[in-house]
Parts: sequence; structure tokens; C-alpha cells
Amino acid sequence: MPSFPPWLRKTLATVATVAATILGLLFVTFMIGRVMPIDPVLAVIGERATQEQYNQTYIDLGLDQPLLVQFGIYVNDVLHGDFGKSIRTGQEVTTDIARVFPATLELATLGTIIGIVLGVPLGVVAAVRRGSWIDQLARFVGLIGYSMPIFWLGLVGLLVFYGILGWVAGPGRLGIFYQGIVEPITGMLLIDSALRGEWTVFKDAFSHIILPASLLGYYSLAYISRMTRSFMLEQLGTEYVTTARVKGLSEWQVVWGHAFRNIRIQLITVIALAYANLLEGSVLTEIIFAWPGLGSYITTSLLANDMNSVLGGTIVIGTIFVGINIFSDLLYRFFDPRSK
Amino acid sequence: MKRSFVAAVVTAMLAAGAAAPVAAETPPNMLVIANRIDDIKTFDPAESFEFAGADVSRNVYNKLVNFDPLDLDAGYQPDLAESWDISEDGKTITFTMADGHVFASGNPVTAKDAEFSLRRAVLLNKTPSFILTQFGFTAENVEQTIVATDDKTLVLTLDKPYAVSFVLNCLTATIGGIVDMQTAMANEVDGDMGNGWLRTNTAGSGPYKVVDWKPNESVLMDLNPNYGGEKPAMERVIVQHIQESATQRLQLERGDIDVARNLSPEDVAGLEKVDGVKIVDELRGRLMYFSANQKNEMLSDPKVLEALKLATDYEGMSGSFLKGQYTVHQAFLPLTFLGALENKPYTYDVEAAKAALAESGFPECGPIKISVRDAQERLDIAQSLQNTWGMIGCDVELIVGTGAQTLDRYRAREHDIYLGAWGPDYPDPNTNAGTFAVNPDNSDAAGATGLLAWRNAWGIPEMSEQTLAAVVENDTDKRREMYLALQAEHQKVSPFGVMFQQIEQNGMGASVENFVAGGATTAVSYWVITK
Repeated sequence: MPSFPPWLRKTLATVATVAATILGLLFVTFMIGRVMPIDPVLAVIGERATQEQYNQTYIDLGLDQPLLVQFGIYVNDVLHGDFGKSIRTGQEVTTDIARVFPATLELATLGTIIGIVLGVPLGVVAAVRRGSWIDQLARFVGLIGYSMPIFWLGLVGLLVFYGILGWVAGPGRLGIFYQGIVEPITGMLLIDSALRGEWTVFKDAFSHIILPASLLGYYSLAYISRMTRSFMLEQLGTEYVTTARVKGLSEWQVVWGHAFRNIRIQLITVIALAYANLLEGSVLTEIIFAWPGLGSYITTSLLANDMNSVLGGTIVIGTIFVGINIFSDLLYRFFDPRSK
Repeated sequence: MKRSFVAAVVTAMLAAGAAAPVAAETPPNMLVIANRIDDIKTFDPAESFEFAGADVSRNVYNKLVNFDPLDLDAGYQPDLAESWDISEDGKTITFTMADGHVFASGNPVTAKDAEFSLRRAVLLNKTPSFILTQFGFTAENVEQTIVATDDKTLVLTLDKPYAVSFVLNCLTATIGGIVDMQTAMANEVDGDMGNGWLRTNTAGSGPYKVVDWKPNESVLMDLNPNYGGEKPAMERVIVQHIQESATQRLQLERGDIDVARNLSPEDVAGLEKVDGVKIVDELRGRLMYFSANQKNEMLSDPKVLEALKLATDYEGMSGSFLKGQYTVHQAFLPLTFLGALENKPYTYDVEAAKAALAESGFPECGPIKISVRDAQERLDIAQSLQNTWGMIGCDVELIVGTGAQTLDRYRAREHDIYLGAWGPDYPDPNTNAGTFAVNPDNSDAAGATGLLAWRNAWGIPEMSEQTLAAVVENDTDKRREMYLALQAEHQKVSPFGVMFQQIEQNGMGASVENFVAGGATTAVSYWVITK
């Protein structure tokens, strides 16, 4: 048995875990797609096709092969960078995902930033002033965020801020006058327009994204502030915090310098989960705001039995989850010397 | 359900007075439309068979003959073909091409392009190819049956002397779009005759050309600079994919769009009170029907079928949750089609339904499963049927599934009752007659899944012959009478309960004129619109 250095062992173990996770995810999704009581051939040829066209398409799709053989062919294609064509859009799945994923990434990232910037301080202050009006407010905000259907909040948000007040732009990523001006670099309009120096486009893109991002941010805020409050309450009740106070440290130093420092690891997990959820779970927000993102792409594809698109999207989501987990692990090591 | 509820709440809030007067903000030479366009799979006229795709195709591809959007009732008119002659035996149609038509690429339109386009539609054998192959064109004979004898002359040779109106009506369908041969072949890959390229690009001679398509997001069309007709007022057309009715309504009220095409009855009612917005109703070709599988012994009893048709609350549904969106119609040809039967023999009558059931072999009725897809309007109709059929003693269960699931069961003839919709494939009566009233071989082995009569295991060799006789009748009056008689008989004896015909309610800025969604026969025409 050759002896590998620890860093290499860890890296190899991580790669093996990632590969096994994604392969497992693909296998399960593939099998679900094949055993669902929906005929994939009809999804391609439609209701009016003749039996002869049906039979030909059945063979073209490789459905006459055993399931495991079909899966093997699919994995082999994927390993060669071929995710197949979407039967719904007629385009390569990679092309579709390259188009929709930046839209989701931009929206979810801004939403998460809003959630962190507002949610963390709110949770900390609510814990420090437990029982006060600000604590009650934080809990109320959290409750509303958890209990209101996002579909309803989205429509009301559009009605108020777009329909009545006119403070923000309407659905979509960009106004009709600004489309096609900025040559894509990352696919994220805010970044691309800033990099190209197209500030009027940036302003319009910001006006379109701010409402859906705030909505998603609100949901993140509800989750992050509630968890932050809970973590902080636990820390504030420990002896080292009492000791710090007895030693005469300021409240700021006690809260932010000691208690908060010790919840960072837990917060990273919470934020990572919230971010990952927004990346794949903001389907309704995308539908209401006509935001062409990954969540609605996968959902619409699933309903149309467009399995190439579903599997392609699944790989992306799986990779994101694994990537975020790896990133969280790295941050753990950075913030917690014990895990090094 | 939950989603419908919250949408209804928001709609109610909108109706409470939030609506602001419209400010027309789109430029005068640009038309911005909100529509559901996630069904577009391809722009290739040989393959395109979806509603939103047909809307694009009609504005991009000219055909040999076409409909005038401002006079749809006039039927097909010359387009790329200026005239046509029929041979004495009725089997050969010779088209003479009109001068002055040029593709967006700058290539002139010739009979060779028409030959190429119709041949490739047959050779590619995509789903809509049956619209052409029903005239006897096959991959083996297209070189003899579809022939351009010179740049001005195209000769079609049919296998039977079909009614000329039948053939020409079919050529107005999307598949009749004439493609720029040089451009298509310049983009051919592996002998696909440009199919791959034409899925996402266009090469027509119509008023517009597609300059950008983002699936599920938008279609952008600009004027074809070489268009041979009068220059359209709208130089750019943008169709945005907006899923939600409430969102479309808000955009219309804000003046961010000119036309909203998927408004719910509640949003239509709300917009009627808004200044600067108007609602335009248009009868479309889509029918809503239920059908009974004749493999089910009880449902094959004529008296049971009569009872179910009488126990359906047509007016109640069209006057409540379908208000404004559907009109009661009980024949298989949509109104405005040649030979459409206006007679509505069934009205909701519980006592008459009970009497019919008592005369049947199943006076206690029995368990009935209605197979229905998970779309709101269909679920509402299914629940109404469950309620009113329950009143005559039937134990009705709803089997709800996705569109694909319910369709699978239907095509496999595994349903009891199927609740569904049917839209014409081409603007000729045979498009519906050929599926509702044709099924010469009812065996499972026949596998005629394209025929609705077969899907319901309704063997009708005699009626099939009558239907097929109508497609070779060249006297239009006689042909009309044949379809009227067919529908009257169909209403009485068939396992189909046709209930409604769709009305499309489009919201638009008050200044928008000549918006024609296509009626029952065709698709939308942007080139005549002004504002």
C-alpha cells in the first residue's frame, strides 16, 4: 500500500465522495425518470403522432435498451461532456443551463447577502435583548417569513412596489430597451453591465432584481435571524460570557468579540444551507417575476418529462450542494483551529 | 389549489382599486406582448406543432395560400402563389408563383423553394407531416408528386381527387410555410435539410424574422427588410414569457406591455374598469369534451351516454368559472369552420337524465373514473361533472394526473371517461371529422392512437366512410351538408360529449388596433396591427 501524504489522502477522499454523490444522485434521478408513469416518447412527438413515428422515436431515444444500459450510455455521454438535447427547447442542455444558471446565481446570491446583512445582526440583537420589543419584532418577522406563501408575498410585492408605487421595474431580468446591449461575460447582468461600464443597463437590471432578491432575502433573513438568535442565546448563557462580563469587558466585546465568534461555525452551516436552498428552490419566485432561472427550468422540464434537462439540472444542483459543503468545510478549518 | 387561492386574493386586491390609469410607454413602432410561450420547441415549419410556435411561424413564413387576418371568413387567399389550376381528374394542382417575394436573406422566392419545403416536410416525417402525407405524398414518391417544373410553377399530384378546399386549407397550416432553400441547405448537418438550424433560426419571406429566441423567456422579431407586402406598422415585436395572469395584468396596467394574452376571468373583469385598456374577445378553435371508453360495458350503453350528456350543466359552467372563456358548443366542428353545426341538443336536465338512465341496462349507474389533467379549468369542469352526474346516482371518482399521464392512459384505452381539449391542426373540417368520426379498424392491433374515436374504442366503419367521402366532395355546399349530417348523427350516437368552444380574451392598450389572434382557423398576425 503506498503511503500518501495526509493532504492528498483528504483530497482523494473528497473527490471520491463527490463522484459517488453525484453518480448516486444521477442514478436515482434517472431511475425515477424512467419508472414515472409518463411516456417520454409522447413528450417528444406530441399527441398527434402516428404509431410509426412513435416507434421510431422510441428507438431513437434508446428506450428499447435495458434500463441499466440506458444509464450507462447516459453516464458515458455525460463524462464526454454531452448532456443531450432538451426536448422542450430543442437546444443542448449545457446551453440551456449556461443561460438559466447565471440568472439564478445572481438572484440567490443577492438574496442571501440581504438575508445575512439583515438577519445576523437582527438575530444577535434579539438574543442580547431577549424579551424586549426588538426580540418580539425579530420573532414576528421570522414567523411571517416562515408562514406566508412566497407566491402570495411575491404578487403583493409586485402589486405594491411595481404596480402602485412604481419604485421598481416589473417582471423579467431587463427592460425591453436594454436587451442585447451588454455582451455577456458571466451571464449575471449586474456584474456584466458593471464590467462593461454600462451603468444605465446596471441600473435597470438592479431595478428588476431588487424586488425578487429582497423577497428571497426576507426568507433567508427569517431563517438566519431565528437560528442566530438561538445560537447566541446558548452562548450568552455560558460561563465564559459571565466571566468576560465580570472581568469588565464592554458589552460589545462580550457579544461580538466572544459569543458571536463562537457561533460562526454554526452560522456558516445555516447560511450555506439557506444559499443552497435559494439556488434550487426559488421556483415560485422565478415564475411570478418571470425570472428565467434554474429552479423553474428543472420544474418545467420535469412536468414535460424532459429528462435530459432534469438530469442536467440535477447534476448542477448536486454539484452546488457538494461545492457549498466543501466550502463550508474549508471555512470551518479557517475559523476553528481544532478541525485542522 | 393553494396557489389559486392566493392568486384570487391578489386579484381581489387588484380589483379593490389599485389599478392606475394606463400610460402607453412602449414605442409606437414596437409591439410588446405577454404570453405563455414555454411550449415553443422549434421554429422549423416542418416540425413546429405548438400554439406559440404557430404564432411565430405565421409571421415569419409565407405560404402558397394564406388567410387575410382582417377577413378570416373569406378563407384561403393567394399568397406566394398568385393562382392555381386543377386538372380534369382533380388529382393535379398547378400553382403559379407570384412575383416580388424575397426571403429575409435576399434570395428570391421561387417554385423550387416551395418544392423543397413541401418535400422536406414529408421526408423529415415529423409529427405534423400527416397534414401533407394524407394526400398520398410519401418519402418514396415526393420527387414525382411535388415538382417545380420551373421557377414559377409548382405541380402537386395527389393520390385522390380531394376537395380543392381541403388541400388548400391544409397548405395554410404551419407545415405549409415556404423555407429559403439556399439558407436551409447551407446549414444542413448530416442530411437533416437544415432541420437542426431551423429549430432556432428562421428563413422565411414573411413580414418578420426572428432575431433572438430565449426559450421560456422571450422571442424578438424584427421586420424582414425584403418583405414583399405593405410595410407593417410594428417594426419590432417582442413576446415575453409571463406565466401568471396577475403579472400580465399589472404590466398591462403599467403600460409596460401592449397585449396580455393569458388573463384569468377575474383579471379580465378587473381590467374592464381600467381606463386605457380594452378586452377583445375572439372565438378560437379549441373544444372541451368528455369521452367514454367503449370497452367499458356500462359506458357503451347508449342510454347511459345520453344520461351523462343530459346530466352535464353546460350553462352553469359557462356562466360561472368558465365565464367569458368558453361558450357552450356541442358539435365536433368549431364554429366558423365550414359545416359547423350550431345545434345544441343537450341541456342540463336531471329528471330527463334519470329517465334515460332508468331505461338503460344500468339503472343504478356505477363507479365512473374521470381521467383529468391537473389544469385548473379542467379540474373545475371535472368537479362539476362529478357533482351533477352524482345527482343521477353515478359514483364518480376523479383520477388527476399530469397532461402526459392522462394522455398515456387515453392512448392506451385504459380510461373510463377522459376529460380533454382538442384544437384543430389545420383549418379544414376534416381536421376534426378525421379524428372524432373516423375509426375503420377498432382492434387493439390497429394502434390508431391519433384517432380519438379509436382511443375510445368506438368502431365506426360506416361513419368513417361517410367522413372520408366528404374530403373528396368538391361541391362546397354539398360538403357542408355532409358535415352537418355527420355532426348531427355524431351528437346522438357517439361516446363524445362536446361541451365548450374556447373564447380567447386578450387585454390590450386602447390604441392597439387589428389584433387578430387567428380565430378558429389560424394563428396571430402582427403585421396588420397598429397603435
